[in-house]
Amino acid sequence: MTILYLLIPVTLVMGAAGLGAFFWSLRAQQYDDLAGDAERILHDGRDEPLPPRKETAR
Amino acid sequence: MASIEHALAKLPGVASARANLTLCRITVTPAWGGAALDTILAELNRIGHPATRIDEADLSGETSDGTAQALLRAVAVAGFGAMNVMLLSVAVWSGAGGATRETFHLISALIALPVVAYAGRFFFVSAWGALRTGRMNMDVPIALAITLALALSLFETAHGGQEVFFDAAVTLTFFLLIGRYLDHRMRDRARSAMTGLARLAVREALEVAPSGALRPVAVEAIVPGMVLRIPAGERLPVDARIVAGASDLDRALVTGESRPVAVAAGFEVEAGALNLTGPVDAVALRPVSESFLAQMMGMLATAEAGRGRYVRIADRAARLYAPLIHLLALVTFAGWLAATGDWQRAAFVAISVLIVTCPCALALAVPVAHVVAAGRLMAEGVLMKDGSALERLAGIDRVVWDKTGTLTTGTPALAPLPAMETATEAALAALAARSAHPAARAIAARLPAPNLALEDVAERPGFGVEGLIGGRRARLGRSSWVAEITTGLTEGDGPAFAFEGEAMLRLPLSESLRNGAVEAVSALARRGLSSEILSGDAASAVARIAARLDIAETRHELTPASKIARLDALRDAGHRALMVGDGLNDTAALAAAHVSMSPASASEAGRAAADFVFLRDDLEAVPLTWKIAKRTAKIVRQNFGLAILYNCIAVPLATAGLVTPLIAAIAMSASSIAVVANSLRLNRRETRPSARDSTLQEVPA
Repeated sequence: MTILYLLIPVTLVMGAAGLGAFFWSLRAQQYDDLAGDAERILHDGRDEPLPPRKETAR
Repeated sequence: MASIEHALAKLPGVASARANLTLCRITVTPAWGGAALDTILAELNRIGHPATRIDEADLSGETSDGTAQALLRAVAVAGFGAMNVMLLSVAVWSGAGGATRETFHLISALIALPVVAYAGRFFFVSAWGALRTGRMNMDVPIALAITLALALSLFETAHGGQEVFFDAAVTLTFFLLIGRYLDHRMRDRARSAMTGLARLAVREALEVAPSGALRPVAVEAIVPGMVLRIPAGERLPVDARIVAGASDLDRALVTGESRPVAVAAGFEVEAGALNLTGPVDAVALRPVSESFLAQMMGMLATAEAGRGRYVRIADRAARLYAPLIHLLALVTFAGWLAATGDWQRAAFVAISVLIVTCPCALALAVPVAHVVAAGRLMAEGVLMKDGSALERLAGIDRVVWDKTGTLTTGTPALAPLPAMETATEAALAALAARSAHPAARAIAARLPAPNLALEDVAERPGFGVEGLIGGRRARLGRSSWVAEITTGLTEGDGPAFAFEGEAMLRLPLSESLRNGAVEAVSALARRGLSSEILSGDAASAVARIAARLDIAETRHELTPASKIARLDALRDAGHRALMVGDGLNDTAALAAAHVSMSPASASEAGRAAADFVFLRDDLEAVPLTWKIAKRTAKIVRQNFGLAILYNCIAVPLATAGLVTPLIAAIAMSASSIAVVANSLRLNRRETRPSARDSTLQEVPA
């Protein structure tokens, strides 16, 4: 039974890591243009995301 | 997409450019100082992707709205919590006992409390807001059930009890948040129509000083009596009377007619009218705050507020449902207390009643069905702004059409072509090609390309064009002006053409019906929805179109205000009308109607005010959307039926004290899944796959 005291924290930490990764991807604007990303993979050449914020939208 | 980005990146002054396909938007980062916007737009035009710029102000509505992101984060947190608590609960259900069970309960409590506090705050805030103003909404029973479930479970955990509801509380939050997020995503798209109209307002005007000098003046500083110079291509800033000059004005804002009106000194024109051909001087009649455009914006704001009275079907259900289950829980508590005398036991049962009756399925019933319907409509080329629009559309009993631009294509066509000699035809084509007037363009479009040499061509604003053809003077334009050089005036409609000293030729212009207009009107009539035309056009033009479409009820020469008055009269008579319109003058009427649609070719303000925008060219989109709305309403009713059925089974069990956390978890998930699965049926196409070719007519990027 004592193994539970190790395993439960481990599962919780792993879950929290996944949650953290999702939050990071959300903040890094990875869900902003799902249709565009699907096409970008087909292009050659360098393709970098914009520098974060500090943008003018037109 | 790559071509856009590469082309833009090559421009001087552009550090990087990135296109967003989802939003159809390009973001450009200027390298230093900033690149010239015009250069960028010109380059985009050159490579075949014309673009328009967005104002930062228009975007603020989207970007400042962090609620959607916050909701999504809450969904993630709740999902994380639900999974972990569920894992622990499964262990307890399958027989963990003693110290292990208590430890598991404790860990569940440690996860559930912060998760519910973070993710459930949307429900608590909304429920508190409703209670404070003495109203009832769906969030009140939700918040109560979650809070009580947590409180009871904490109490049980502290006492080493057997049954806790942490899993129920967290999974409830998770499911409900999904419904809330979907609902929010749809409402997000609805934007206020005000911005579109405000853009028509002029910011600066040219004042003609008594000395004859011109000086710019801010629009707010215009006082009645001031003389203004309006160059061609500008909009009138205030209501004014023309004192000098002649021109054609586009008064689409007032009448909805794209056909220009000729004006000369003495005419009074409204603010927002566009001066097309020549400069005019006009004396201001009213300050800008009382101008026609300002009145329009006022009307629009009132109309939008009026529609706010509509109560969504989910809230109507909540008003009935919430008091009922609270009463039920109270009765259960009193009953158990009287029967057993054990108040702890009584409280446990009463709270479990509240938990199982938590309107999880009810809260999901509407948004899921609406999201599926929105996806279905999107595939058919119809964009929906708001879920409540579907509910309203399903309840209509009458369709009100605007004429120009909606039932008709809005551009005049030359039909039938009068009989004429080849020489006349060539001369006419040559003259018509020289003018940008819509009527001239319609004539030129019907004739072969001109190959005649013209001399001395002059366009007379408000009258027409004239020129020398083989030494003979010819005129094309208003009949009275053409008559000056002819032998006499010929009766008839439309512009006239003549050589000097010869008889006049009249060129009757007519409007062509939009594709599918006849089919749409008759399809709606077959379903018992009568049609009516509200037009700003003259009686004869309206009657012609009505006869072709077999519409009995028409009204003509309406101003924007009288269109609203007509819609209000319909509403007072108990009718719920669908307004289909496109013009600027329809903007307020679109917002005032019970529900509204407009074609993608509509003015920007009109599109913003309408509930549905159809991208397809033909009007069959109208009956199609109505049919989908009807089916959605049916599915929503079925969903409510499923939720009620579930309650009919769960409530007797709960009041009898038979509900364990395991049963509660299974029953609640099952009802939610049933509702979602039922909503997905909307995706099934019952008829032929429709043409999808014209769904992408919006300008990319």
